[in-house]
Amino acid sequence: MSACEPKTDKKLRYALFLGCNIPVRATNYELSARKVAEALGIEFVDIPDFSCCGYPLADEDRNETLLMSARNLALAEKAGCDICALCSACTGALTEAAHYLHEDEAARARVNDRLAALGLKYSGKTRVVHFARVLAQEVGAEAIRAKIVKSLNGIRVAPHYGCHYLKPSGLYGFDNVEDPKTLDQLIALTGAEPVDYHGKLRCCGGGILAVDEGVALSVTRGKLESVKKAQADAIGLVCPFCGIMYDTNQKKVESRFDREFGVPVLFLSQLLGLAMGFGADELGMKVNRVKPKEILAKVGA
Amino acid sequence: MTAEKSSDAQAADDEPEFNVADLDLGFAEEVAAKPGGEYIRRCYSCGMCVAGCPVAEVEPRYSPRRLIRMILLGLRAEVLQSDFLWLCCNCYTCMERCPQAIRIPDIIRAAKNIAAAEGRLPANLKTVSASVTKIGRLYEIEEFDNKKRVKAGLPELQTKLEDVERLMRK
Repeated sequence: MSACEPKTDKKLRYALFLGCNIPVRATNYELSARKVAEALGIEFVDIPDFSCCGYPLADEDRNETLLMSARNLALAEKAGCDICALCSACTGALTEAAHYLHEDEAARARVNDRLAALGLKYSGKTRVVHFARVLAQEVGAEAIRAKIVKSLNGIRVAPHYGCHYLKPSGLYGFDNVEDPKTLDQLIALTGAEPVDYHGKLRCCGGGILAVDEGVALSVTRGKLESVKKAQADAIGLVCPFCGIMYDTNQKKVESRFDREFGVPVLFLSQLLGLAMGFGADELGMKVNRVKPKEILAKVGA
Repeated sequence: MTAEKSSDAQAADDEPEFNVADLDLGFAEEVAAKPGGEYIRRCYSCGMCVAGCPVAEVEPRYSPRRLIRMILLGLRAEVLQSDFLWLCCNCYTCMERCPQAIRIPDIIRAAKNIAAAEGRLPANLKTVSASVTKIGRLYEIEEFDNKKRVKAGLPELQTKLEDVERLMRK
């Protein structure tokens, strides 16, 4: 039985891909994304056998990344589902694998040789899309606006796009990597003001956290400085690893560089969830390390 | 020649010397043979990659332009034994801006893969790799985590992904 097909109704239905960080370290993202998705009529199908996307293996051997991604793509294909990922790095690894395996028959055959041991086969059908892109392109502004019951008016949010939500542009062909708009627009739907700031397109540094914490946190620091300077009330983002760098590690950055930021970091789905009238607990606000107290007080959540 | 040296010339004097006989002229080809590495010879060292690099901005040891030049020169041992090779955070900014459409992160990743095959994967990345291939995830999901998830209203996940280990076993 297919979980997603046939798509006779017009409902948006996706296998939800969580990856490694979200189910353990960013349940606030998962909770809020599920709430927002449900309110907008997106159905998430859970595939409990999904593993890591494979991205963390790329420095050692890109073929291993491809193989691990292929296993997940094959599981989704078996369920008849396309994949919606919350993590930008997962979106990148899975999209790259899907693209490569779709185009290259020989590579697909090699991967299927290995997958056969698990009784799996991938024929190249699974499409992969980031949650924020589903909201921007498939749900659309009008349908989201229709669910907004509370304005976040007066709250200034610095959008952080991160890297793998948009890049490489050749792979995604979505938004404009040098002047992106989708996250600004989605944040603006809540009534909050998207704030421009220096270094808006900069990476969070998370990619090298395991290699050199000092250098990684220096990269993280740059954006915290400019967001603070722009007097934003919060950073709004769409990737759990960016969240780990700016929220979970904010105290570390502060003590390492003897600075004080105190900038709350909210997932796009938490911002949308607040504007849709969900309560702080429903959106996992307790998990946020830098407490967004003032924002919650302003919104009355 | 004047006695005064420009700062560039001074910097060149400070660089460690290398012997032409030690260069590995096949290294660029070795990298070019990996996926995404094929356009490395197009590089004319304009520096666009360095200008936008978030790591180069805070860490002088790291420069994508220097890495590419070292690969093209055949400084195989120096590249593969370096610590700065591992500092690319894979943000793709350089790739988006390269006027020669060189897939710079792919080139650096190709060099990393070659280094890893020679046993030079940094210790922390070895740990990452071991958990991902053995348990299927970076962090294990235990019964305790599932209980917490259910309490929060989230579905349980598979605690053991034994088929991943079977798949990834080399």
